[in-house]
Amino acid sequence: MADTDLLKTPLYDLHVELGAKMVPFAGYDMPVQYPMGVKAEHLHTRTKAGLFDVSHMGQVKLTGPDAARDLERLVPGDLDGLGHGQMRYSMFTNEAGGILDDLMVCRIENGLMVVVNAACKAADIRHMRAHLSSDIEVLEDRALIALQGPGAEMALSALAPAAAALTFMTGMEMDIDGAACFVTRSGYTGEDGYEISVPTDQAEALARKLLAQNDVEAIGLGARDSLRLEAGLCLYGHDIDETTTPVEAALTWSIGKRRRAEGGFPGADIILKQIAEGTARKRVGILPEGRAPAREGTEIQAPDGTTIGSITSGGFGPSLEAPVAMGYVTSEHAAAGSAVNVVVRGKALPARTAKMPFVPNGYKR
Amino acid sequence: MSERRYTEDHEWIDLDGEIGTVGITDFAQEQLGEVVFVEVPDVGKTVSKGDETAVVESVKAASELYAPCAGEVVEANDALADTPDLVNSDPEGAAWFYKIKISDKAEFDALMDADAYKAHTEA
Repeated sequence: MADTDLLKTPLYDLHVELGAKMVPFAGYDMPVQYPMGVKAEHLHTRTKAGLFDVSHMGQVKLTGPDAARDLERLVPGDLDGLGHGQMRYSMFTNEAGGILDDLMVCRIENGLMVVVNAACKAADIRHMRAHLSSDIEVLEDRALIALQGPGAEMALSALAPAAAALTFMTGMEMDIDGAACFVTRSGYTGEDGYEISVPTDQAEALARKLLAQNDVEAIGLGARDSLRLEAGLCLYGHDIDETTTPVEAALTWSIGKRRRAEGGFPGADIILKQIAEGTARKRVGILPEGRAPAREGTEIQAPDGTTIGSITSGGFGPSLEAPVAMGYVTSEHAAAGSAVNVVVRGKALPARTAKMPFVPNGYKR
Repeated sequence: MSERRYTEDHEWIDLDGEIGTVGITDFAQEQLGEVVFVEVPDVGKTVSKGDETAVVESVKAASELYAPCAGEVVEANDALADTPDLVNSDPEGAAWFYKIKISDKAEFDALMDADAYKAHTEA
């Protein structure tokens, strides 16, 4: 796709004004970093607060009295069990148990608010329209702004006091200094924070008001990736895809007890059998012992040189000040602390499997 | 008095007698972003022009350095292993990667001078 065909989010002009380096991402022209730089942006988010433009993601409203049960036909998460304003992380599965996309779902009055990945949103919407009876409204007229970090609560509650009362994985409609927003206490950094759905024509003004708060800086996709990697969170198309099941991906926790008992989602027979009997491979954290990052595609070997898997995301973790990665290994090597090698530029370098997240979560429960 | 030349892969080499000092340019570090890992060659390694000699990894990606001239590596900047960020702060000075005893001065002479390199980065 030529750069001229790239879509722009409502905050495009603001990114350019702030000096962002813009790159193509999922069909959008997005800020990968600002003059502060990826490392400093990452550390700023961990210690203060970062503002991320995630307007490229798909926002979809499902309306109907049985929207939760309806969407359950496509995902293994327990949505019917969600109380008003409660959220859940789940994934669209296919008949083979593979993952078509991952998503966030929040129960609202008479329906659900759903957020899906930018690269998958067209397919997800077709998928929902083909299989669901609920009314499906794609919220094209809303931007999505994430405000993440330990300073997020103070920054947002200065504009909307109600924000302080939200707890992790809950959401509500909220007036933010005159803008009618839908705010959830969630994110993709491992830190406390919010995702704010705001009408397009008020998005830039809201972003400016948030950036004017103490300790809030604009953060690009580069730091978003290193933050989520340190938090052990999956990136669709890399750590999870149609060839990985939720059980292999160590996402079994997202499949509620009732859904395990009842099934009724695509690939349920395979997924439920894997929950009962285990899988041949598993997604694990990987900590290389040296300083060399092990990047996506890097072969993982047992100490005896046998190939046991590969890295699906890897790089340098600014908070850990060390390389950090995740990938799939055969299950006998999946226990945390197992010695493995990662083959970087032809050299087998020592590493260990590790529990995730790599850095403690800052969620406000 | 040393002479400086540049490669199309954004490396610089200062030649003093037959010893060349090699690093990456300010333009290159700017493109790479924050450097988090550097691997320098072993002293005594013999390389041909274009051979991979060193690795530099930033928060974004891994890149290789290629020998600007054939020769033997006579010294490596081991300090970069512990302070890779030096590549960002002083790419054309303290963050030299290695020194090479070049075997064919004609290879050096064929590299770009400062004006040609400037034109190359602006192309």
